[in-house]
Amino acid sequence: MQHLPILPILIPLLTGTLMLLPPLGGGIRRQRITNVIAMVVLMIVAFALLQQSLSQSQIYVLGDWQPPFGIILVADRLSALLVLLTSVLAFGALLYSLAGDDNKGKYFHTLFMYQLMGINGAFLTGDIFNLFVFFEVLLIASYALLIHGGGKQKTQASVHYVSLNLIGSAFFLFALAILYGTLGSLNMADMALRVANLTPSARILAHAGVLLLLLVFGLKTAMLPLQFWLPRTYSVASAPVAALFAIMTKVGIYAIFRVHTVVFGAGAGELAFVAVPWIWPLAIGTIVVATVGVLAAPTLRLLIANLVLISAGTLLLAIVLLNPQAFIAGLYYLVHTTLVTGALFLLADLIGTQRGQASDRFVVSRPMAQAPLLGALFMVAAVTVVGLPPLSGFIGKALLLEAAETPAQMAWVWPTILISSLLVLVALSRAGTNLFWHLSGSKPGTEKAAPVQLAAVIFLLAASPLLVIFGGPATDFAAGAVSQMEAIYPDVLPLLEGAHR
Amino acid sequence: MEAVFAFCVGLLTACGVFLTLRGRTFPVVVGITLLSYAVNLFLFSSGRLVINAAPILGNGHYTDPLPQALVLTAIVIGFAMTAFVVILAIRARADLGNDHVDGTNPPHEEEDKR
Repeated sequence: MQHLPILPILIPLLTGTLMLLPPLGGGIRRQRITNVIAMVVLMIVAFALLQQSLSQSQIYVLGDWQPPFGIILVADRLSALLVLLTSVLAFGALLYSLAGDDNKGKYFHTLFMYQLMGINGAFLTGDIFNLFVFFEVLLIASYALLIHGGGKQKTQASVHYVSLNLIGSAFFLFALAILYGTLGSLNMADMALRVANLTPSARILAHAGVLLLLLVFGLKTAMLPLQFWLPRTYSVASAPVAALFAIMTKVGIYAIFRVHTVVFGAGAGELAFVAVPWIWPLAIGTIVVATVGVLAAPTLRLLIANLVLISAGTLLLAIVLLNPQAFIAGLYYLVHTTLVTGALFLLADLIGTQRGQASDRFVVSRPMAQAPLLGALFMVAAVTVVGLPPLSGFIGKALLLEAAETPAQMAWVWPTILISSLLVLVALSRAGTNLFWHLSGSKPGTEKAAPVQLAAVIFLLAASPLLVIFGGPATDFAAGAVSQMEAIYPDVLPLLEGAHR
Repeated sequence: MEAVFAFCVGLLTACGVFLTLRGRTFPVVVGITLLSYAVNLFLFSSGRLVINAAPILGNGHYTDPLPQALVLTAIVIGFAMTAFVVILAIRARADLGNDHVDGTNPPHEEEDKR
């Protein structure tokens, strides 16, 4: 099973390509079957990878080219968990799309697979240039998925999204070139070794390079000054695509975490944690701005897109608290928030369809055909996402509040999270009242949700009670991931020493 | 040589940034292209500039091969992305009826038409 770490990249690549070729490319039915099978296999592989990473982080040396010159994949607990999370979320989104969303344009299933390949690759890679390449793979798939189905709004949103990300990629390369020029390596473990021994003049350059990287990852994460693209993009994408996009900001957060607190972490000498003072105010600002966005949103989708922003800000806070407790809280919150916001995007689409003309705008409309069922699901999702007990949002936020140790940290973290939660609660209650109780006439529409769509929503929402029931094992796992993060580079080091000799 | 090289990268970047801040899709696309040229040159120089040397380990006099591999990858990706953004710009022109990045003509141009 030594080839396990590369399978999460190869499976989507091969499935996606096969679906372009005649026997499978012919009919949507065959593509659907293939894609569902591939997703199940992917989930099994991701789970096996997680199992393997429990004991030791798996290092896969591509083509047996030894680092630092060759590319390596590193599957420790953190990346294996994120790969599993991606495949679970994608399975939910895929199930939902089977009801007809995948048939609105061509190549949905292929693009969906390529998107997964990019995301999985970005989580698994141990080389920063390879990270760039996988970013581009996931971005180009996301561009095409975003305009899938067409329409004015989607085109308009994609013009912004695409140009912004292309400029972001240019800056990513600038940062990489600066780091390669000063450090002489792009392997993350090797960079971590070299960064402490920089000459003063090179250190200034490396400092600039690292902060440029923060800019780029901040764009992907939708951190404060760079967040304007997100609500618009996510609110116009078709439901399964928006649900899948819920993991995309987490790719940015993962990259920030790896580069800014691991590579340029405690061992980086004068450059240790240089980005952290920048992330602090930006994370808090992101939460504040997103909370205002949630209160001001005129449609349910826009509201949920702003919830994604809040979760990004909260996760950034969990990173910069810089203690193991906060990391555990962050990991728990990450799993919870990704699955729940994914479910919310799907739910918003169901609600919008059943309300007919009013769509998901907060205006008076006709009653929904399945109002009790959708209302109950919305209630559960809202309780989870706000962070009310007893569901997983509460535990995630409580853990994070507990992790703020010094008075200064508490002074910032507690009010930000608590006030924003209160305001989100207000906004979501208002949204629920508007959507379900402000009705005109008593004749409901005829549209009903397909069973597979409901199954997808329930599948993703089920994660929340499960995370509560298995809260103990989940936090134990996260604690293990912390200790493995400290040990990850020692695992790579023997390979590097061979190369340096 | 270093000064000329640095000047070229700086000029390309400046022009690229200026053009990407324009309001219409065509200048933006051109700006992104210029920016990617600047990036490629800059990436190329990250292994130090050496004249008359092969990018292979030899008898002491060689140039770093890795940036060349990186530039090659970056060029390929850059081409794909540029092709995509050109098609998208054309599609946006067709879908939205104008070539403005925001999808609507700015107010002062609407007045000019009248």
